[in-house]
Amino acid sequence: MSLQATTQRAWSPLFQLRGVSRRRPDASGEPVAILDHIHLDLAGGLITTLVGPSGAGKSSLLHLLNRLDEPDEGSILYQGRDLRQWDVVELRRSVGLVLQAPVMLPGTVEQNVGAGPRLRGQALARERAVELLRLVGLAPALLERKAADLSGGEQQRVSLARTLANEPRVLLLDEVTASLDPGSARDVEELIVGLTSRLSLTAVWITHNLAQAERCGDHLVLMAHGRVAEEAVTAGFFAGPATEEGRRFLESGKEVHP
Amino acid sequence: MSSFTLSMTLAFTLLAVAASYWQRLALERDILIGTVRAAVQLLAVGYILYFVFHAPSLIFTFLMVAVMVGVATQNASRRGKGLPGVQWRVLAALTLTEVVTIGLMLLFRMIQPTPQYVISLSGMIVGNAMVVAGLLLNRLQGEVDARRDELRVLLSLGATPRQAIQDQLRAAVRACMIPAVDSLKTVGLVQLPGMMTGQILAGASPIVAVRYQILIMFSLTSAAALCSIILGLLTYRLYFNQAYQLAR
Repeated sequence: MSLQATTQRAWSPLFQLRGVSRRRPDASGEPVAILDHIHLDLAGGLITTLVGPSGAGKSSLLHLLNRLDEPDEGSILYQGRDLRQWDVVELRRSVGLVLQAPVMLPGTVEQNVGAGPRLRGQALARERAVELLRLVGLAPALLERKAADLSGGEQQRVSLARTLANEPRVLLLDEVTASLDPGSARDVEELIVGLTSRLSLTAVWITHNLAQAERCGDHLVLMAHGRVAEEAVTAGFFAGPATEEGRRFLESGKEVHP
Repeated sequence: MSSFTLSMTLAFTLLAVAASYWQRLALERDILIGTVRAAVQLLAVGYILYFVFHAPSLIFTFLMVAVMVGVATQNASRRGKGLPGVQWRVLAALTLTEVVTIGLMLLFRMIQPTPQYVISLSGMIVGNAMVVAGLLLNRLQGEVDARRDELRVLLSLGATPRQAIQDQLRAAVRACMIPAVDSLKTVGLVQLPGMMTGQILAGASPIVAVRYQILIMFSLTSAAALCSIILGLLTYRLYFNQAYQLAR
């Protein structure tokens, strides 16, 4: 049964992956498939979580969506248009990426938050910087602080504000709470859910935390060995996975995150 | 210096070999090969220079400078191993540096357009620019490797390759400039540079030697800046592909 058919709300795909493969050389230099003929539709306006064991190809897939990497085979459509037909700078502004470990650019929080607009020759207005910091739950007083001096949780929020300053339509989130303590992780998680809803954003969110996927995601895609093992409405998956792989993964995940 | 006195300079080489043997550095073979090569190369160059200085045409001067730039290109390009087309870029940077620097010297009549001046000064400029080019390639690669995540973040925010690598490029050029700038600050106080020493030993007045040394120091600083900036601008794009992705 297709995901569309099992979804209660009707949705249109924002990304369409058609036969996407990506290979990388292993230690001996032989090419190994890290993504293997992926066919997948990712819903617009919803949160899709990507789950699966380490090495399943989740991050590789995420990096293809804003063309930080290129598939060896297949095509990816964004808003119905092949990614290669988009102006890559315009695409990356529209499809923002937040990495697992927050990477601060040299300088202050304000310089970090204003990085995107500055790249296109615009200065981020102070009021807008304050607004963005408030949006991610940070005090405006932090604007003057050196970004490198902030805590991990604060840096992750600054990363998010920096991405939001580009006013993206899509947020690609690569285990954004993995390096945070449980309290900060929960705060950032609530923040992202609130933001996607308030700003009508689409999110594609990699998480190893099944409880988080259940709390936050509308759709869930389980990946294994570079393939899509199962895709489902989140509630449906947790009520009972359709595949053996899904059942096994859910069982193992429950042991880690009961 | 007589031939006998010249042969006595081998005492320095023997001293280095003995030190290497004593400390088990295993450099004896390299030192001996290096000594033979240096002696043969310098003696050969001495005879070639003698011929070129007395040749009626400047074409030999041009050829001599071209060989210098060619060898320097070959040597500096090794630091950019794996970067496609790096040799042509190094060649362009060294040639431009040489043409601009010597061109200005000739234009403002700082030197006479004779082989003695052009070849001697070109040797210093190209040699210095070669070191700078190797340093730039080495440092830029190091910066890109060390700050890969930063580059990825900037690209993901919509940076062009030039915007993304700007800080790393600046850091690499600065690193190339530091030795030249430090030399400017300490010359005469810490070190008496080679050319000046050579002139004084050859019997020239220290005042005259100093004037030429000032020319050398200033031109080498400008050559370091020119070479590192030109090579940086010609090379940074090699770290990215057409889709503004990190290529290496």
